[in-house]
Amino acid sequence: MTQPSEQLKIVIVGHVDHGKSTLVGRLFYDTGSLPDGKYEKIKASCEHRGMPFEWAFLMDGLQAERDQNITIETAQIWFRTPKRQYVIIDAPGHKEFLKNMVTGAANAQAALLLIDANEGVQEQSRRHGFLLSLLGVKQVAVVVNKMDLKGYSQATFAAIEKEYRAFLTQLGVTPKLFIPIAAYHGENIAKKSTQMPWYTGPTVLEALDQFEIAPPDANLPLRFAIQDVYRFDHRRILAGRIEAGTIKVGDTILFSPRNKISHVKSIEAWPGEGRQSASAGESIGITLAEQIFVERGQIGSHEDHAPIEADVFKAKLFWLGRQNLEVGRRVKLKLTSTEVECHIQSIEKIIDASTLAEKNQNFVARNDVAEITVRTKSPIALDNYDRIVPTGRFVIVDKHMVAGGGVISKGEYPDRREILSGVKSQNIFWSKGKIDREAREKRNKHKGAIIWLTGLSGAGKSTIATDLERELFTMGLHTYILDGDNIRHGLSANLGFSPEDRQENIRRVGEVAKLLMDAGVLVITAFISPYRDDRRLARSLVDDNDFIEVYVNAPVEVCEQRDPKGLYKKARAGQIQNFTGISAPYEAPEKPEVEVRTDTQSAAECVAQIIDYLKVAHIAQDFTI
Amino acid sequence: MDHLDRLENQSIYIIREAFTKIERLAMLWSVGKDSQTIIWLARKAFFGHVPFPCVFMETSYDMPELIELRDKLTKEWKLNLIIARNDEALAQGMNHKLGRVVCCSALLKENLKKTVEKHNFGGLIVGVRRDEDPTRAKERYFSPRDKNMEWNVEDQPPELWDQFNTDMAGGTHLRVHPLLHWTEMNIWEYAEREKIPNVPLYFAKGGKRYRSLGCVPCTYSIDSHADTYDKIREELRTTKKSERSVRAQDQESEDAFEKLRRDGYM
Ligand SMILES: Nc1nc2c(ncn2[C@@H]2O[C@H](COP(=O)(O)OP(=O)(O)OP(=O)(O)O)[C@@H](O)[C@H]2O)c(=O)[nH]1
Ligand SMILES: [Mg+2]
Repeated sequence: MTQPSEQLKIVIVGHVDHGKSTLVGRLFYDTGSLPDGKYEKIKASCEHRGMPFEWAFLMDGLQAERDQNITIETAQIWFRTPKRQYVIIDAPGHKEFLKNMVTGAANAQAALLLIDANEGVQEQSRRHGFLLSLLGVKQVAVVVNKMDLKGYSQATFAAIEKEYRAFLTQLGVTPKLFIPIAAYHGENIAKKSTQMPWYTGPTVLEALDQFEIAPPDANLPLRFAIQDVYRFDHRRILAGRIEAGTIKVGDTILFSPRNKISHVKSIEAWPGEGRQSASAGESIGITLAEQIFVERGQIGSHEDHAPIEADVFKAKLFWLGRQNLEVGRRVKLKLTSTEVECHIQSIEKIIDASTLAEKNQNFVARNDVAEITVRTKSPIALDNYDRIVPTGRFVIVDKHMVAGGGVISKGEYPDRREILSGVKSQNIFWSKGKIDREAREKRNKHKGAIIWLTGLSGAGKSTIATDLERELFTMGLHTYILDGDNIRHGLSANLGFSPEDRQENIRRVGEVAKLLMDAGVLVITAFISPYRDDRRLARSLVDDNDFIEVYVNAPVEVCEQRDPKGLYKKARAGQIQNFTGISAPYEAPEKPEVEVRTDTQSAAECVAQIIDYLKVAHIAQDFTI
Repeated sequence: MDHLDRLENQSIYIIREAFTKIERLAMLWSVGKDSQTIIWLARKAFFGHVPFPCVFMETSYDMPELIELRDKLTKEWKLNLIIARNDEALAQGMNHKLGRVVCCSALLKENLKKTVEKHNFGGLIVGVRRDEDPTRAKERYFSPRDKNMEWNVEDQPPELWDQFNTDMAGGTHLRVHPLLHWTEMNIWEYAEREKIPNVPLYFAKGGKRYRSLGCVPCTYSIDSHADTYDKIREELRTTKKSERSVRAQDQESEDAFEKLRRDGYM
């Protein structure tokens, strides 16, 4: 004979002291489920503390809990009826321990919500009701306890039922049942109360068996969350859990984000042979037919039912962290095996979870519930919570700790897949082969280009290059400077300053700049580059639009006066040959994209002028100064 | 999937999370039925491999049958076995007659602490279950311990939707509990189904069997005729005795065991 295989997890919630732990203790006693000697132990424990007998001590296992007669931490206990096995999760009711209540309730498929008949609906009665709805616990029975303190009055019961039913209705929750009980005295726990003949509904024990276990929806799209990649026995195994749907050998699998495609070669198993398919809830390992780069955090799906790829989405968040969560503060988001930095972009609404009233503040405080817009640092694969639960919810980690949880709201999210690749999800862009410049630019959110500074020695090219780079860099753009310092000593160390050598030097700089630009970088070059033909040569290596010639103009007298490196002096003394402006010509650009005058403008003005041009030329569109 | 499949898949997920996220992970391997279940699950998770060291806490009062099975499986399964002993305490003659809790503290708890320090383990997989005792009923799957190994049970971080607290502040290590959601019954159902090797002490002989194994002086056998899996399950279905009632150190005083656990005991 085997055990009933069916198991239901049920959480007991409600305001502090309303009798949750007592209910569990009494349920065990009345069904003969207490282990031998437990009753006597509890009795001794109460006597030792000089207090009347407390059923709650069955669950309140910590000394601190017994001493204060309060539940601090969620506990779980197993319970059996002829129909099935239950995991009973006893949650604390004190506001201080809401994180523990959430920990317990997040696991449950059904809930008993207790309300003390004497105290009526309280702050946590409502907050817990709200959190149950957010956590996706849809089956709720409301239990009105301590009816003995109200003389088992039907009117009291009816009034509480009316009030609380109205509250739940606002949340879209329909309670299954309202049951009047006196947990301490065992009224309506395992046997029908003789004190409340007016109540004809089920006892708590009977109510448990009325909860349903929703079968997993086999029709949901496949979501295979990659946990890790193992290399065992010369196989490369993608390990992870199927969060929804079914995977089969031979299936074409799309991995998001990044849109990689491969086929399932095998579903590995140990011990024994591999298998042909696996479904939701299974922790599996697969090998792929084509070796592609896949890593933890990616989600495998079928091509035609891919998850959304987004970096901005709306969510409902409950916050348990000690520190407030302000708009813009960077925290970590975890969604299945995905981890990404994120921040709140905006708060749409903050709700006091105990009154449903809106709060007016621009941060989410502990125990608040908020409707927010989240922005992640890079796009992640996700689903709407009401479509696929496991990929539709996330937690926020703040200061090494899970500090909040959220569910992704319904909404039309611009699929980044489309934005990134310019094509619909079905036509996979990234897997088409090589990553090219366009792809890099789309990720960088700006174009690669060559900003070619030309001008006399001492005209201010290096100063402007440095200031310009700092400016662009702090805007988040990818930049790099090529100048005499990093070119003349290495790449062009074998070159002098004759016209031929100058030409060769410029050719090399042009080629390097081109490579960097192809890598998506905004390259700034700072060379005198005196000859028009040489600059034309550099320009000809790339598209005309990609080459921005900036004439850093200052009269030669001004430059000679500045003479920062003492070169003009040496040239005048004949110690340097072929010195531009003195013993060699400088051919000023005829039609530079930008011309700045360093003798009349400040460096900052020059930089601003160049950046203005970058904007106009759509090199970088959405940056702000 | 039946209920054992569900338990198994959840545990494999947890073990894999631990392996991916925790540097210098190890498991405590007592060779008892729970340890045996974990090591089996690990081999399933890693396709026949156990990719972390298995730490055996030797007290010198160990059941010889466990040592025998330990050494046999270490070879067969190619395990990286670490034997940890508090030789200092043993040299000073530590034994249960000096007090059972005192002895447990020295030979297990302190021993464990020293071992964690010596190997600088970032995390330990431990086979505790919620149904064993009221303090374990309050455990998380991933439970941070401070540098003194203390368990701050009043202020545990939330754990939901299988998102575990794997980011640690310096100086802490994690206890990972992949069997938290299993019951004693489940362990035996699974052992039978998977044919997991276990010491014969669990099966009745001459009217006696062990339900839980600790050190020789502090573990009692129970009256039982359960010499098959079937009979063990039948016995568990009807018994009203708790599993750890056979472990003497738990019974010393109401809070003895809670104190031990807060201080870092398994
Ligand atoms: N009169 C009366 N007292 C009850 C009843 N049920 C529980 N109590 C008492 O109410 C007090 C609180 O009970 P607990 O079971 O600890 O309450 P709880 O909801 O678990 O409290 P927290 O877990 O701390 O939120 C205890 O002193 C109980 O004995 C009842 O039906 N009638
Ligand atoms: Mg309680």
